[in-house]
Amino acid sequence: MSDPIRSNRLPETGPFFQRDLGWHPKAYTPWYKTSIVRSPQRALLSLEGTISENTGPRFGHNIIGELDNDLIHNYARPGESAIGPRIIVYGRVLDENGRPVPGALVEYWQANAGGRYRHKKEGYQAALDPNFGGCGRSITDEEGRYWFRTIQPGPYPWPNGPNDWRPAHIHFSIFGSGFSQRLITQMYFEGDPLIPLCPIARTLNDPEAVKMLTAKLDMQATTPMDSRAYKFDIVLRGRRSTFFENRREGN
Amino acid sequence: MVQSLNRLKESPSQTAGPYVHIGLTPNFCGIEGVYPEDLGGRMVNEKTKGERIIVTGRVIDGTGTPLKDALIEIWQADADGLYNSPAELRGSADPNFTGWGRCPAGQDDGIFKFETIKPGRVPFSDGRMQAPHITFWIVARGINLGLHTRMYFGDEEAANAEDPILNRIEHRVRVPTLIAQREGNVYTFDIHLQGEKETVFFDI
Repeated sequence: MSDPIRSNRLPETGPFFQRDLGWHPKAYTPWYKTSIVRSPQRALLSLEGTISENTGPRFGHNIIGELDNDLIHNYARPGESAIGPRIIVYGRVLDENGRPVPGALVEYWQANAGGRYRHKKEGYQAALDPNFGGCGRSITDEEGRYWFRTIQPGPYPWPNGPNDWRPAHIHFSIFGSGFSQRLITQMYFEGDPLIPLCPIARTLNDPEAVKMLTAKLDMQATTPMDSRAYKFDIVLRGRRSTFFENRREGN
Repeated sequence: MVQSLNRLKESPSQTAGPYVHIGLTPNFCGIEGVYPEDLGGRMVNEKTKGERIIVTGRVIDGTGTPLKDALIEIWQADADGLYNSPAELRGSADPNFTGWGRCPAGQDDGIFKFETIKPGRVPFSDGRMQAPHITFWIVARGINLGLHTRMYFGDEEAANAEDPILNRIEHRVRVPTLIAQREGNVYTFDIHLQGEKETVFFDI
């Protein structure tokens, strides 16, 4: 049963700030063709969060294997490594109040250096790299930090318009502390000229939103003669708190 | 000058794309040896309390075609109505039940399937009891922001009739889109993204 000492210092359990659905992409974005028949046409039912959405699963560090955050080696044959530009991707998971989110499971996946995904439904002619799988995961530390090593993915053609190419990107999936914080997004790379041309990046209406998904080159975090580094911070929904609940000063 | 609130914006969503399995269920799509097993595939073990059930269904697009590249996650209370989460303050949930499951739609038939237990009831914010339910989150190619919905149980008519959320649905003809019908120990829950039978989705 609930611990009386703990109940005076509540962990964060409040409902979440409402999502800004004008900032997120709309469901119906017909220039991204698949969205046409996969977008609800009726209004969403707005609800205050209940305990069913304010709680969520927690993953222990014990699920993380030694190479889970090293995509250069986690699928490679012994003594070998993936081909491509070696990079480090790092950042913090924060909430909208600017506080770090420790213990968050961050999963990421991507194509190889030639833009080829290791997936049987994918038919692009660029070759698979026998030493590259394309998946990894981390759990954030006490300061909300995560990091991984990988090869920079290549751009990738896709059957949308007759000549559409995805910018180089890495997919991210993040768990916060509540199920309604669940988020999947994509990370783009600073300076990629394909970003403004991409129908999926263009589902974002606000140039600031695209900027938020564009990782910045960080030469100070780069390892000389080894890997360049890109910084990518992720922000999850913040929680409301009521006066006296746990922060008298407010959020 | 107007003062700044100093809040950050949430990272905007992007579609999970057709290859979401590479990251979230790599063993399912043939990337073996990176993780010992895919997360979320086992919710119960032999010691889990509660009635064993199977929850199955498909995610169907506006043309009536099942999605073969969707990924579905569920989150639910244990048999006593407690969540296995640090944000659960009412007590300790069954340690033999994760409460969370993840399942890709079948690549040939689009069917998802969870082996789980029937959840207990949990309170609404004002103390009224909610009917037993499972929270769903759906992502796929073509879905720009993950969709939240709930599944209720067809054999819980009395509880469903007093559920605070079902009662908030103005268009009563849409209520059945959230109710799974039972056959044996199997509940079938088809999710319609668009059209006549469109499922109620939540902004939660």
